[in-house]
Amino acid sequence: MTNAHLAADIGGTFTDIAVTHQGALFTCKVPTIPDAPEEGIFRGVRQAMAETGLTAADFSLIVHGTTLATNALIERKGAKTAMLVTDGFRDAVEMAYENRFEQYDIFMDKPPPLVPREFRYGVPERVDAKGDVLIPLDENAVGGLIEELRKHRIEAVAIGLMHSYAAPGHERRLGDILARELPDVLVSLSCEVSPEIREYERWSTTAANAYVQPLMSHYLGRLSSELGEMGFTCPLRLMTSGGGLASLETARRFPIRLVESGPAGGAILAARVARECGLDRVLSFDMGGTTAKICLIDDGAPQQSRSFEVARQYRFMKGSGLPLRIPVIEMVEIGAGGGSVARVDALSRIHVGPESAGAVPGPACYGQGGDAPTVTDANVTLGRIDPDNFAGGTMKLDAALSAGAIDSDVGEALSLSTLSAAFGISEVVEENMANAARVHAVERGKEIRGRTLVAFGGGAALHAARLARKLNIDEVIVPVAAGVGSAVGFLQAPVAYEVVRSRYALLDETFDATGLNALYAEMRTEAEQIVAEAAPDADLIETRTADMRYHGQGHEIAVELPAGPYDVSLRDALTGLFETAYAATYSRRIPGLEVEVMNWTLRLSATVEDPAPCPPMPNATTPEPLGMRDLFDPDTGILSTAPVYRRDALTPGAEIAGPAIIAEDETTTIVLAGFIARLNAVGYIVMQWEGS
Amino acid sequence: MTDPKSDPESNPINDPLSPIRLQIMWDRLIAVVEEQALTLIRTGFSTSTREAGDLSAGVFDISGDMLAQAVTGTPGHVNSMARSVRHFLDRFPIEEMADGDVFLTNDPWKGTGHLHDFTFLTPCFRGGALVALFASTCHVVDIGGRGMTSDGRTIYEEGLYIPLMRFAHAGKIDQAVIDIVTANVREPVQVVGDLHSLATCNDLACRRLCEMMDEFAIADLDRLGGHILDRSRIAALDAIRKLPEGVYHHQMRIDGLEEPVDLVAEMTIGADGIDVDFTGSSGISSYGINVPLCYTEAYATFGVKCIVAPDVPNNAGSLATIRITAPKGSILNAQHPAPVAVRHVTGQMLPDVVFGCLHEALGEAVPAEGTSCLWNLYAYGGPGRVDADPALLADAQSFTVLSFHSGGTGARPGKDGLSATAFPSGVRNVPVEVTEAMSPLIVWRKEYRQDSGGAGAYRGGLGQVMELSLLEDAPFAFSALFDRIDHPPRGRSGGADGAGGTIGLQSGATLNGKGTQTIPSGERVVIEMPGGGGLGDAKTRDPAQVVADARAGLISIEAAHDQYGIALTPDGEIDAAATDRLRNA
Repeated sequence: MTNAHLAADIGGTFTDIAVTHQGALFTCKVPTIPDAPEEGIFRGVRQAMAETGLTAADFSLIVHGTTLATNALIERKGAKTAMLVTDGFRDAVEMAYENRFEQYDIFMDKPPPLVPREFRYGVPERVDAKGDVLIPLDENAVGGLIEELRKHRIEAVAIGLMHSYAAPGHERRLGDILARELPDVLVSLSCEVSPEIREYERWSTTAANAYVQPLMSHYLGRLSSELGEMGFTCPLRLMTSGGGLASLETARRFPIRLVESGPAGGAILAARVARECGLDRVLSFDMGGTTAKICLIDDGAPQQSRSFEVARQYRFMKGSGLPLRIPVIEMVEIGAGGGSVARVDALSRIHVGPESAGAVPGPACYGQGGDAPTVTDANVTLGRIDPDNFAGGTMKLDAALSAGAIDSDVGEALSLSTLSAAFGISEVVEENMANAARVHAVERGKEIRGRTLVAFGGGAALHAARLARKLNIDEVIVPVAAGVGSAVGFLQAPVAYEVVRSRYALLDETFDATGLNALYAEMRTEAEQIVAEAAPDADLIETRTADMRYHGQGHEIAVELPAGPYDVSLRDALTGLFETAYAATYSRRIPGLEVEVMNWTLRLSATVEDPAPCPPMPNATTPEPLGMRDLFDPDTGILSTAPVYRRDALTPGAEIAGPAIIAEDETTTIVLAGFIARLNAVGYIVMQWEGS
Repeated sequence: MTDPKSDPESNPINDPLSPIRLQIMWDRLIAVVEEQALTLIRTGFSTSTREAGDLSAGVFDISGDMLAQAVTGTPGHVNSMARSVRHFLDRFPIEEMADGDVFLTNDPWKGTGHLHDFTFLTPCFRGGALVALFASTCHVVDIGGRGMTSDGRTIYEEGLYIPLMRFAHAGKIDQAVIDIVTANVREPVQVVGDLHSLATCNDLACRRLCEMMDEFAIADLDRLGGHILDRSRIAALDAIRKLPEGVYHHQMRIDGLEEPVDLVAEMTIGADGIDVDFTGSSGISSYGINVPLCYTEAYATFGVKCIVAPDVPNNAGSLATIRITAPKGSILNAQHPAPVAVRHVTGQMLPDVVFGCLHEALGEAVPAEGTSCLWNLYAYGGPGRVDADPALLADAQSFTVLSFHSGGTGARPGKDGLSATAFPSGVRNVPVEVTEAMSPLIVWRKEYRQDSGGAGAYRGGLGQVMELSLLEDAPFAFSALFDRIDHPPRGRSGGADGAGGTIGLQSGATLNGKGTQTIPSGERVVIEMPGGGGLGDAKTRDPAQVVADARAGLISIEAAHDQYGIALTPDGEIDAAATDRLRNA
């Protein structure tokens, strides 16, 4: 055992592998095998072991993240699932918010629920908001339902009863009956999966958990046993959407927490870069083939939230997916990637995405039959991507096909030259990303100006400098192994678990500190059990937050609480903390209005060693370019010759003035005129805006 | 491919006429007003602002032409807020505006249709020069008077009326306005808070605009504005010119209040736009369901745009191609001092009327009629708040509940209608658990209403059934504002009508569709919301879909048989022989 760590991130096209061992980082990419994703991991692991000389016994940790659960939700390939809900509410998961997310399209459809109406059953029972039983659970009626479930060969059941976040008794009793009568059926209880007020979100989350549970449970079981056969005896941890690692057992109980683990890994990487480089305010920018993800990172930690939407099916639009209430790293994801397709609308405006050419047929320049112009085609035309050295030279791109597609779909409609049309495509996609970042910041009450942009993923470094200019950002960092950023991030994630409880509290004379202490004791016990499975001896950090609002508002903001235990003085302290947070978000407070709490959370995290501070920038050196290439300059609007460097040939201290191109196998960094790029002591490219 | 080096238009970013640059600036302008609206949503107090997106935000050139408007949840402010800017400019010419001035009004006729909506206008100065105007509108939680009910007989009963005036003089807020509002509304902290929100979101938008003008180095919005308005007008006209020119008619009868209301439209489609005139519609009601013209214009325009040019953004260029008129004194052009507090109950019906005209023009391109007006749960209780014996209320908990709920929408060409979904309004409901945690109300049932969707080749969306009561032993007030009870949504092209709504007590009594009523202690209110109309002959509906609907319980076995001509066996399979007899009889 030499304490090597391995991370595997299964994406739609590639499975990324990262290995750290005695301070060294090894990464590789292998193709994802959709029908047997674990096979892709084994291949990658064998390749990593072959190239590093490590054996299975050398590893002390394997971290895994996968899009498998997300894909099952998007493609609707989960288990045959039934729902048992309080009688009278079987349509709650289908009525959703009773609204349309797109105002002018009379043909829009709402996302169909994961469980069709015929498998949603009402159970006679009722509990009120205080937890008092109004109608006892009718266990006789349950007997008939069990026959139905058996008859329809139901594989998974989601149970959601009204106010179960406050009074879980009926749900637990139902769960016990099902476990006894249908031992092969996996059961998800809403009071365990997502114990929060708001029946639609809680039940939607629970249904999604049940829907992916059989698939994920089998997959994780196979993965774990086959890793064992390969000689791995170290623990396997799963990356969660909240940025913490979970044990195999927790992952099998709550597989819904595994969605969006890849993007979470990227945000963790960016947060680590922020701490390493001593940056308080960072904007992380992750751009791949289909989407771009943007995340705010303050004081070295990504923004957290418990609100997420999976499987958006209408132009990536908010509201067109299924809501999940799980701990997530808060980020905005937009349909803007290398494969995003450009078109011209009736108003002669260029649109880019969210439609994507995907990996097949891919951008026009791939020569695989794609004839729609994409962002990658624009980048080829603008000289940002070298068609002869794409993906480390493993793939030849055809610039003439890019030009042809851009001409026919954009240039001709607007009477623009190929170059201008390509510039238009890149400007629009960058503007889309800039606008998404701005809106995201407004929603969080944050300012973007003055942040450092941390760029990773295959496409981010191509667009980062221009995006920074649009956002008034003066510094851009492209960390090492940017192309497999999520897998690298996995290796830096702590074991963690978050527990939430909805307990309504008005901060007036009715405030009950004793009850709150009891609630937090219970939450701590629950979290400790789960964290201890994966990190038995770790030092633990506990963070508590309360979701608060002025009485009568509809949106809460999360406020960090002081450590417990509490007495009655917490009431005024909480009001003060809320008003400070509210003022920070909305630039004002509203004296005289009562404050209320909807939810209480507790996050328990094993400590992670902080990165060593990045040493100061070494003395400047001037590297020799490997060659010259035409690169479009957005300020002058013309192609001009720019020097090309290989990143792996640069040494710390190397200083390059834009315009310049820094190429590596997995991505290319474009240094625009006005920027100076330097390779810092740990090998990150740091671009600084020096002014035009 | 042209040779890049000899590109004749080689300098696109520095050419102010470059289409790329103009597009990026246009996109940015839209982003500015979206940010303006978002700021308002996040800080607003009224349920209808935050859950229903009942607000608006927009940017105007200095002549008062709207250049961009945020897409928000309700169509009620489409063009009505833009009209209000003209009224402000008539009253306060731009030469008299100073940096830091802010103007406001809640005039129903010069704002957006009722006293609950405040509109704010802020001139935006950059380097001492007026460069643009920002306007925003939101619905406040209370405005005094009788509240959001149909009960008023004149505007004077409906609450505080603030004419066009200054909210701030050169950066200094007029305390007199704040004091007057504070003294007249039931929730002064929240309402005054919303007034500040309106001013703040305009300020923020102005700052963002100035940053954008710095970045793109432009001194005014003349050229950009001209580009936006031209492009939008041309795109809207192109869309209109694809329609058959002519004059088309439609009329629709709805419940109204004291008597049924007729909504009558004549639509003229011509080369220069679409004109809709509502001559022939009923006269005003004695109660607050009347509609000022600005609001009629908003919903009628929305209906036209949904079908004709849904993708063209709203601005003075595109909106000028759709013109709405209604005779003075009709219910769709009610004059001061008619009561108008709940003008949305009538206004929300207008897209259905417009769709009727477009159906005549286009054939199978529009949906059947839907529930259209919201079926909101609006209830309150506690001492002094309910028309009942005070002794019964002595120990009752004070509460107010407002949650937005909806029946079914009409079937759409090629698609079924949406069940329990708002249209044309864009509201979100309040979760039942939240309603119950905040009040002594309990909802016993909230699910689809079987067989309520109008039968058709494409089925209307289903309504829903809600049953509720109070957990404590006290009467409470229930404010109804419902339509489509006596006049259900009609089907089109042979599709059947949706089911009309009903409202009553479980013990059997019927409640009025409109007006505030007292629910006695221990009673349960049962609300059955309408279903949307069907489209096309039900006997031609795909049998597989009929089977699926029956299996899901959306339609009964009897309806499958009687209306769709599909006979089902006891285990839900098609009885082919019997079906053949039914369908080919």
